[in-house]
Amino acid sequence: MKVFTYVRAPDVATAVEAIAAEPNAKFLGGGTNLVDLMREHIEQPDVVVDITALPLTGVAELADGGVRIGALARNSHVAADPLIRTRYPVLSQAILSGASAQLRNMATIGGNLLQRTRCSYFYDTASPCNKRAAGSGCAAIGGFDRGHAVLGTSDHCIATHPSDLCVALAALDATVEVQSVRGVRRIPLVEFHRLPGDTPHLETALAPDELITAVELPALPVAATSRYRKVRDRSSYAFALVSVAAVLAVRDGTVTAIRLALGGVATKPWRATEAERVLRDAPAMEESFRRAAEAELATAVARPHNAFKNELADRVIVATLRQLLAERSAT
Amino acid sequence: MRVNGAAELLDLEPRVSLLDALRERLGLTGTKKGCDQGACGACTVLVDGERILSCLALAVQYDGREITTIEGVAHPLQAAFVRADGFQCGYCTSGQICSAIGMLAEHRAGAPSAVTDNVATRDIELSSAEIRERMSGNLCRCGAYNGIVSAIASVAATESVS
Repeated sequence: MKVFTYVRAPDVATAVEAIAAEPNAKFLGGGTNLVDLMREHIEQPDVVVDITALPLTGVAELADGGVRIGALARNSHVAADPLIRTRYPVLSQAILSGASAQLRNMATIGGNLLQRTRCSYFYDTASPCNKRAAGSGCAAIGGFDRGHAVLGTSDHCIATHPSDLCVALAALDATVEVQSVRGVRRIPLVEFHRLPGDTPHLETALAPDELITAVELPALPVAATSRYRKVRDRSSYAFALVSVAAVLAVRDGTVTAIRLALGGVATKPWRATEAERVLRDAPAMEESFRRAAEAELATAVARPHNAFKNELADRVIVATLRQLLAERSAT
Repeated sequence: MRVNGAAELLDLEPRVSLLDALRERLGLTGTKKGCDQGACGACTVLVDGERILSCLALAVQYDGREITTIEGVAHPLQAAFVRADGFQCGYCTSGQICSAIGMLAEHRAGAPSAVTDNVATRDIELSSAEIRERMSGNLCRCGAYNGIVSAIASVAATESVS
């Protein structure tokens, strides 16, 4: 690990001033991703601004019925929070399906939004990688691409976004609040992460001097019946091959509300807008679910080792919606 | 920081992990270094009663906190691991036991897991599936999982009776 200067910020104003003053500085939250990447010489900040003392750890109800989650709230605390468990179970389930209990006790919500890909070529500093070293090439294209994305890829990068939490946030239309010395602004979660295009090293809409201060969930009563389903190589403590976050409401056999997002198959947390379009006002039945899944995957670009993800994603979408339909019918 | 109830004053450079501070500076070698990248759980310790991975923690971030390592643990789980053959080589055991102590506290507080069907429920039965999921961050290369699960289940059953 490269030598760095450690700064502890007592409040948000100090934190954003510290980062604005230093071009090669990083905020440090739980450290579960950044410390590892620093050890691997992938992240090499000169200054590390420890933000874990900032008073941004609360989960609180908003006047309009939504919920505000402080950026420094630990993943485990958010997953176990009564408001989240009852109103947005898909979010609790998504958090609980990621990493391990120890890591969830350390990792923050803001940090989860900024976690880097687990592409093995990104981690291997001997391989070219357009994310790690802009313009160096992509070793995953034509390489071992079994874990890689089929949606949102480009000729420059096919790395999968690793977060479970963000997939649920995409489905729930969450908003990210960020702050810098220039002020506060709000970014919809679905616009927070960027497609790789020809600049895979630019991963989010966050400016280098901006701090994530909160994530807000809109009031969404239908989300009380919601599911996160994750398929992976072992039953726990592994990244997704395919995951689905879904909210479904049905009246008289017709879909009245649908929110669908995918993980493990795309270069960013993937809101499945095509599938939602097919499902809106459609008969709530398996055939509709299948048509919606196929519509979403129609633009998928499969590669030699990850072609299985297309059919797996189809099946997991259908299975998740079928389960939600059964839960809706039972109540 | 306070380690196992004693105040420890350490002068560390910021790159030092909590794991290395415990092992190399304080001589508390019960906490093990397995992968050193957050993938195995051998380095699990308790911070203010919550389980974390000391390998991914910079020691400087834990200034003023209460750290508990296996050297500071006196818990029925230790005898239960011996009784139930919860290990072979023992390298993962200190992490398993610290993790299980944190896990039992999380369960008592009503926290759900990824295998809890209804996450809104607070009264969750600590089944074998729940224990396995909640302990999935601790790998055992000897494969002593059946013994580990039954050791934890036996202590959980005693706790819920008392």
